[in-house]
Amino acid sequence: MDSSRTPTWRWLFIAAAIAVFAGLFAYVGGWIAPNRLTPKKIVDTLEDNAGVHPGYRRNHSKGICVAGTFTSSGQAADYSIAALFAPGDTPVVGRFALPGGNPYAPDNSVPIRSFALRFTQSDGQQWRTGMNSMPVFPVATPEAFFAQLQAGRPDPATGKPDPARMKAFFDAHPEASAFLKWVKTAKPSASYATETYWGLNAFYFVNEQGERQAVRWEVVPEQAMDDTASPDTSDPNYLAFDLEQRLASGALRWRLLVTLAAPGDPVDDATKTWPANRPQIDAGTLVLNQVQPQDSGECRDINYDPTILPQGIEISSDPLLPARSAAYADSYLRRTGEEAHLPSTSRPGDAHLAGSKHP
Amino acid sequence: MKSTPTAFSLPARILHWLMAVLVLAMLFIGVGMVASVSERHQWLIGLHKPLGIAILILVLLRLYVRWRYPAPPLPADLPTWQRMGAYLSHSALYALMLAMPLVGWAMLSAGGYPITLGYGVQLPPIVPAGPALFSVLRYAHQYLAYLLFLTFLLHMGAALYHGLIRRDGVLRSMMRGKRIEE
Ligand code: HEM
Ligand code: HEM
Ligand code: HEM
Repeated sequence: MDSSRTPTWRWLFIAAAIAVFAGLFAYVGGWIAPNRLTPKKIVDTLEDNAGVHPGYRRNHSKGICVAGTFTSSGQAADYSIAALFAPGDTPVVGRFALPGGNPYAPDNSVPIRSFALRFTQSDGQQWRTGMNSMPVFPVATPEAFFAQLQAGRPDPATGKPDPARMKAFFDAHPEASAFLKWVKTAKPSASYATETYWGLNAFYFVNEQGERQAVRWEVVPEQAMDDTASPDTSDPNYLAFDLEQRLASGALRWRLLVTLAAPGDPVDDATKTWPANRPQIDAGTLVLNQVQPQDSGECRDINYDPTILPQGIEISSDPLLPARSAAYADSYLRRTGEEAHLPSTSRPGDAHLAGSKHP
Repeated sequence: MKSTPTAFSLPARILHWLMAVLVLAMLFIGVGMVASVSERHQWLIGLHKPLGIAILILVLLRLYVRWRYPAPPLPADLPTWQRMGAYLSHSALYALMLAMPLVGWAMLSAGGYPITLGYGVQLPPIVPAGPALFSVLRYAHQYLAYLLFLTFLLHMGAALYHGLIRRDGVLRSMMRGKRIEE
């Protein structure tokens, strides 16, 4: 056993074997693939645009927790075996929010509101969904979403996105035209309670026979929009105040409407609506009766990852869905890691409603 | 009759190579999925959770096999520091193969996630939900995985050193039934 007589190639072989495995690992893990779009890059860019606000979500940062019940009509049960669609009640924990990464943004700064829901079936399976109050999404792919974030980066001089860069982005992304058309007339609503929220991404319902039906869903309010009501914009947190007031005098209701696609309708493009004549089923009623501040409420520690689905609902080939799942997980890890160090979370009883100036 | 074995038993060898493939696959799947926003992210995570739980079951079986069929001794002329190295790295590999799936399971529990393995199979949570616990376990899952990968590199290097440089039959003891002395 004299290693001085060992041919060099044997040593080289060992070194090469180690190098090959280490290199592959580094490539797959993205460390030596600088051009790959990663969840980290997306969430870093959200932070670049809005700043880091420890403990808060990196997008849709300003929000409020709600809770209630979903009562199924049984009508969706022909299309999906998910237990929550069988006649009966399912508890729900939700969250209303504003898009954007600034937890202190005034409520009238954006014309969009969002609504996230977690349904917990008695068998422990869950359905999580995040919806926006707009009928189409501006972009169809994570790459375009990332480009939009980069274009929207505030100019240090003005604190606002550079209009030239935004224009260049939209010129390069004609798929955003339906959204741009909608947003032109959209106004910041005076209430979360009067908005319709769209799931936007397509999914599949799967029934007893294993048949897959492409669907999209929206929740439609039973509260009528009061066009004469103008928000009290002297309070930047008027939405939270409105919600508390409304819930103090009674429950709020939405209907869960499920649109059935026809064969050939795109399931991978959230920038396009389906033709208006597609059948809709009324899957049931969502009743909210509780509101909680987001810094101590139950929704705080929920990641509303839209790919968390019960049996009977499956993701489609929409490329936004895996990107959302990956980016929400990254954002969730950052904010849960920070929560332990935040004074308000260690004393949940002391927390106040979303910084509302109203008591 | 308990004579000193000269090689790993057949069950030990089958488990070693099966698990070597699975654990390596899991490490690559893991780092690959968290660095991707493509549809890969979704199907890799669907693979990652059931495979991880399979590894947990296999490692328990393997510890039983290890206890039931003793490992062959290392060559008598092996320097003490290398013996120590073998002992420590093998212990680390066993410990990490056991810890990784448990940490994965616990972190999903702490994050309040349903722990789904596909086809409607769902595991109960093993720790209470809580954000601080979640983040500690989630980082532990990441850094223990890196440690496992480094230990594997060392382990593979050492195995090849035995097979190509020392040619002392240690590599063969995990490849074939008999240690053929040269
Ligand atoms: C690739 C595209 C997208 C990316 C990268 C993205 C990113 C994010 C991130 C990082 C969060 C914070 C998650 C957390 O910390 O829990 C978030 C929240 C949210 N997103 Fe997206 N998003 C995308 C597309 C969409 C779409 C298409 C919708 C609507 C259908 C949507 C609706 C929401 C809602 C409602 C929330 C707030 C959830 C809550 O209240 O907890 N997002 N998004
Ligand atoms: C031998 C077993 C396992 C190995 C080697 C392993 C390895 C890994 C690795 C390397 C990562 C990427 C970490 C990072 O870079 O941040 C990861 C992530 C992950 N692992 Fe595992 N894992 C194992 C078992 C499990 C089990 C049993 C589960 C759950 C049942 C699990 C759930 C997860 C999840 C959910 C993530 C990604 C979380 C996220 O997107 O943030 N793992 N794993
Ligand atoms: C190219 C890959 C690999 C090679 C060539 C290899 C080779 C070997 C060899 C030759 C032994 C016997 C050492 C002795 O006589 O004590 C061994 C033992 C062992 N290997 Fe591997 N191995 C590989 C991958 C792995 C992986 C990925 C794992 C798990 C993470 C692993 C875990 C173990 C353990 C725990 C032992 C100790 C067995 C015992 O003493 O009970 N190996 N390996």
